[in-house]
Amino acid sequence: MGSDEEEQWVPLRNRPELSDVIPVQQNDGPNPVVPIAYKEEFRETMDYFRALYKADERSPRALRLTSEAIELNPGNYTVWHFRRLILEALNDDLQNELGLTENIAQGNSKNYQLWHHRRWVAEKLGTSATSEELRFTKKILSIDAKHYHAWSHRQWVLQALGGWEEELDYCHQLLEEDIFNNSAWNQRYFVITRSPFLGGLKDMRESEVCYTHNAIVARPENESSWRYLRGLYKDDNLSWVNNPQISSLCLEILTAKANCVFALSTLLDLISHGFQPSQEFRDAVNALQTSDSEQTDSDVAKTACSVLESIDPLRANYWKWYRSKHFENA
Amino acid sequence: MVELAARKHVQFILSKAKEKNSYESVLMEHIRMNGHTGCQHDSGGFGGNIGHDPHILYTLSAVQVLALFNKVDVLDVEKVANYVAGLQNEDGSFSGDMWGEVDTRFSYIAICCLALLHHLDKINVEKAVDYILSCKNHDGGFGCTPGGESHAGQIFCCVGALAITGSLHRIDKDLLGWWLCERQVKSGGLNGRPEKLPDVCYSWWVLSSLIMIDRVHWIDKEKLVKFILDCQDIENGGISDRPDDACDAYHTYFGVAGLSLLEYPGVKPIDPAYALPVDVVNRIILGIKA
Ligand SMILES: [Zn+2]
Repeated sequence: MGSDEEEQWVPLRNRPELSDVIPVQQNDGPNPVVPIAYKEEFRETMDYFRALYKADERSPRALRLTSEAIELNPGNYTVWHFRRLILEALNDDLQNELGLTENIAQGNSKNYQLWHHRRWVAEKLGTSATSEELRFTKKILSIDAKHYHAWSHRQWVLQALGGWEEELDYCHQLLEEDIFNNSAWNQRYFVITRSPFLGGLKDMRESEVCYTHNAIVARPENESSWRYLRGLYKDDNLSWVNNPQISSLCLEILTAKANCVFALSTLLDLISHGFQPSQEFRDAVNALQTSDSEQTDSDVAKTACSVLESIDPLRANYWKWYRSKHFENA
Repeated sequence: MVELAARKHVQFILSKAKEKNSYESVLMEHIRMNGHTGCQHDSGGFGGNIGHDPHILYTLSAVQVLALFNKVDVLDVEKVANYVAGLQNEDGSFSGDMWGEVDTRFSYIAICCLALLHHLDKINVEKAVDYILSCKNHDGGFGCTPGGESHAGQIFCCVGALAITGSLHRIDKDLLGWWLCERQVKSGGLNGRPEKLPDVCYSWWVLSSLIMIDRVHWIDKEKLVKFILDCQDIENGGISDRPDDACDAYHTYFGVAGLSLLEYPGVKPIDPAYALPVDVVNRIILGIKA
């Protein structure tokens, strides 16, 4: 809150418009978190709020009071709840709500209530809110690109109100900024599988494999890009195994001999679905063995598992299990 | 390795419970709520405080606290169950309150709450399970709504709800298990999403999910125990999100709960799906007296 507003603040007991209200004090329970400086202001505001809330007074002055109470404590669920009841009763201009929630977001954008309220407002405003909601979430994501509430809201906006046209470009832009951003990869998947303007997963697959290939070559240790690649073949293991681009990508990373965990796990995934590795793959995997790996196995999959056990020791038990499940006869 | 400073942590929590106006006092709200049902609303739901509006979050808290103290019978169980069941939507999902916000967190809360009240019969369990499965991603994890990013907290909710309803056979446990065990980072701690920092509270969300799908041996448990113990304030009590950060009641709870799941000596066992002590769950769900 700016210092101007602070100076202008008039105690509620001195406001003519509230002269007939008898404040109701809190009877029990803990006091919410408020900065010390606003304590008195906060207590009085809540006492007046309680009075109007108890009387269920859905009036303009009650609406103004909820703005003040929300600004003092955005975490109070009941105040937001009552505000929506008043807005419904007054049929008030909902544009004001966008400013209020954006203000609150500047203090704490992880507040559930603010997103909930924003969503309720956008739902009422309909498609006229689309570009504003996309702008607002973009602004929040420019500060925290993995903001879960903002992504969730944005997905809702796209599905309920539209605005898909530039979303793939937006994902690309975020991945240019941070190729490890799992939220952006998730949004990319959301767009290619759900946008009414793209033809769906199968139509997008070829170009997406190329895109992901480049991302993986740039940073082969990136869990998100490898998982995205696998997701492009969801429910279609046959195409996954038969596309030479996938196996050659694995070979390319394995041959470079650095950050091989996901290339090895992808190779194992391919083999477990029927891929037949050539001598080149055997050589590349054998070359990764360290002195503490087990001795070379004639089976490339088993060798890959032992390499993983030694280069990914936190998950050694997972790789042991993987070997016994897929590549050892019980 | 440092040991668990159990006595200090108890003192820490007790001191937080007394301190009004602190951040923790808000989190301690439901602990203090124990004993009186003044927060119950006419609708059958609970609010965060007396005179506050009901929300499914507070309703579960109230039921859990009463379950903990074997006092569920003070409730009008039928009324509470009807309130929760009334929040189920046509597609099987659950809203948090009358305003209709949908999230898989609410699916978990509703299912957990109704199971504790022996009233799962009041909802369409099959549709509830189908909705949760519609939030499953290609990486094996779950998000808040269909298409939402996989997140350890949401995964706990979805896996917990599936466990309580006996529906775990409907997911690919190996794929989810691998995603979950990828959450362990070099320090031994667990994060909630790729490339995020490890955090003690995620040791609970990830660990409990791994236990429910029977894949907990895929992570390095010893390193995780060490990470949690390194987050303790040995002198003043309390556990923080990461080593050397400030302690709070929230992370102290999840740190101890995590150690319990890791079978740390001297810590009472906790149920991974209900997040309540095993003896409490046995008493309520299985009818076994301790
Ligand atoms: Zn945390």
